[in-house]
Amino acid sequence: MTAAQANETAAPVISAKGLNLTFQTNDGPVHALKDVNLEINKGDFVSFIGPSGCGKTTFLRVMADLEKPTAGSITVNGVSPEEARKTRAYGYVFQHAGLYPWRTIGGNIRLPLEIMGYTKSDQDERVKRVLDLVELSGFEKKFPWQLSGGMQQRASIARALAFDADILLMDEPFGALDEIVRDHLNEQLLQLWARTNKTIGFVTHSIPEAVYLSTRIVVMSPRPGRITDVIESTLPRERPLDIRDTPEFLEIAHRVREGLRAGHAYDD
Amino acid sequence: MRKSFLPVLTVVAAIFVLWYAMAVVLNAAWAKDQAKRAGVELSFSELVADTWAQDKPKLPAPHQVAAEIWETTVEKKITSKRSLVFHSGITLSSTLLGFVLGTVLGIGLAVGIVYNRVMDMSVMPWVIASQTIPILAIAPMIIVVLNAVGISGLLPKAIISMYLSFFPVVVGMVKGLRSPDMMQLDQMRTWNATASQQFWKLRLPSSMPYLFASLKIAMAASLVGAIVGELPTGAVAGLGARLLAGSYYGQTIQIWSALIMAAALAACLVAIIGLIQRVTLKRMGMA
Ligand SMILES: Nc1ncnc2c1ncn2[C@@H]1O[C@H](COP(=O)(O)OP(=O)(O)OP(=O)(O)O)[C@@H](O)[C@H]1O
Ligand SMILES: [Mg+2]
Repeated sequence: MTAAQANETAAPVISAKGLNLTFQTNDGPVHALKDVNLEINKGDFVSFIGPSGCGKTTFLRVMADLEKPTAGSITVNGVSPEEARKTRAYGYVFQHAGLYPWRTIGGNIRLPLEIMGYTKSDQDERVKRVLDLVELSGFEKKFPWQLSGGMQQRASIARALAFDADILLMDEPFGALDEIVRDHLNEQLLQLWARTNKTIGFVTHSIPEAVYLSTRIVVMSPRPGRITDVIESTLPRERPLDIRDTPEFLEIAHRVREGLRAGHAYDD
Repeated sequence: MRKSFLPVLTVVAAIFVLWYAMAVVLNAAWAKDQAKRAGVELSFSELVADTWAQDKPKLPAPHQVAAEIWETTVEKKITSKRSLVFHSGITLSSTLLGFVLGTVLGIGLAVGIVYNRVMDMSVMPWVIASQTIPILAIAPMIIVVLNAVGISGLLPKAIISMYLSFFPVVVGMVKGLRSPDMMQLDQMRTWNATASQQFWKLRLPSSMPYLFASLKIAMAASLVGAIVGELPTGAVAGLGARLLAGSYYGQTIQIWSALIMAAALAACLVAIIGLIQRVTLKRMGMA
């Protein structure tokens, strides 16, 4: 392996250095991100956890070029977020499913494919594949309102998976779902991640979810929004659901909880 | 449907009762006057019968209007100058042309307003100002100016229809094209959609319910425009011409039958749009 190749494999997928973002609001400036430094490597599953308003969504939106930082630098796949967005480097799952009511489930998944200019037969094949993936085959011709909230959220994940993006950014995708469905989707997401080797950025409020899914857990705290701790997971990549009862899992969960508490103590 | 049948029927019956009663009240003076001249005394029932059967009543009774409509639609040849179908057809053609022109203009302006900041700032005040000018003041000018440049017939009337009908379309479509929320627009951005993809795949479909609501108003406005357009021209044909001729000669029955015809025409046109709306939104999964 040459030095250049070695460098390439080691180059982080997302690299933020001294990132700051201040919103100017009527009540004065809101410091949503302050001095954020983070590197995410290829194949990482990184969760962002922290109290409401700590800038998790904002950070994810900066990566997606939906928000411009006011200071500092960030690269995605080695280029600016804007260039990365234009090469369709990532799929983004919003907190709400946001399916178009006038399109069927299949039509919704097809939408980004149409926009990106995939051929008709390629579209058909991909829609079928991702519907299988999220276990919604047979619902292709249904309209969103004919599906439950959890099924809609699965469809919206399928939509982000339908095109070939190496990066998946997810903002509390399972926040509104019940525990059982959530467990199930967590498992599916892990399998998908293992199979595709995508790099995933995942916002959540749930400690068990963060620990179960992630290779790294980024703990954030508000006012100003910042990273207070980054916890490397020692769990194996292969994770059955009952790994959540092992001492190792509980140990990591404990550390995350401590990290969240420390952030809060700072607040008071 | 079933449930609303009885209430609707009750209201209609009440309207007819009131209408007949008003006809008696309004036409009684003339009937008494005529009787006095002839030197006869009218009993109450004779009076009532007379008020419902005058030639030029102040308020014609419903059955007189119905008879006139029957006579001028079914019994007259469509090509006849006295056929109400012929006149309705004239008005209908300029209504439809004006409606199409108004819809195209309205959607065009709305797209400009939504996509162009300068237009957003500059056009809307003018659009609103245009509607504050009484159409009756503008209509003769439009007709005269267009006549001067050699345009006459259908087009001037259609332009007056357009003048009235583009407004609801602009207002509705601006709102409709702006109805997608931030998240839907962000989503498009993450897929790096072009402006035209954003328009065709997001903004336009989102605006459909607004468009149809506007089209119904625009259609009714367009019909009013067409009738108003027929008034100042001394037009020889069209429902407006019938109204005008009727009022010259005190032919109240003719006026009322033209009015009723216009109302029925408007109701049909709006109902057709409603039907298209139902079918379209159903196919879009939105109804
Ligand atoms: N567009 C905006 N304009 C002004 N302030 C904003 C904007 N977006 C976010 N903020 C502020 O920035 C801060 C961080 O918001 P952000 O949405 O990133 O929080 P979050 O960690 O995702 O919270 P939650 O867990 O509730 O989703 C908050 O104080 C919020 O009020
Ligand atoms: Mg958030």
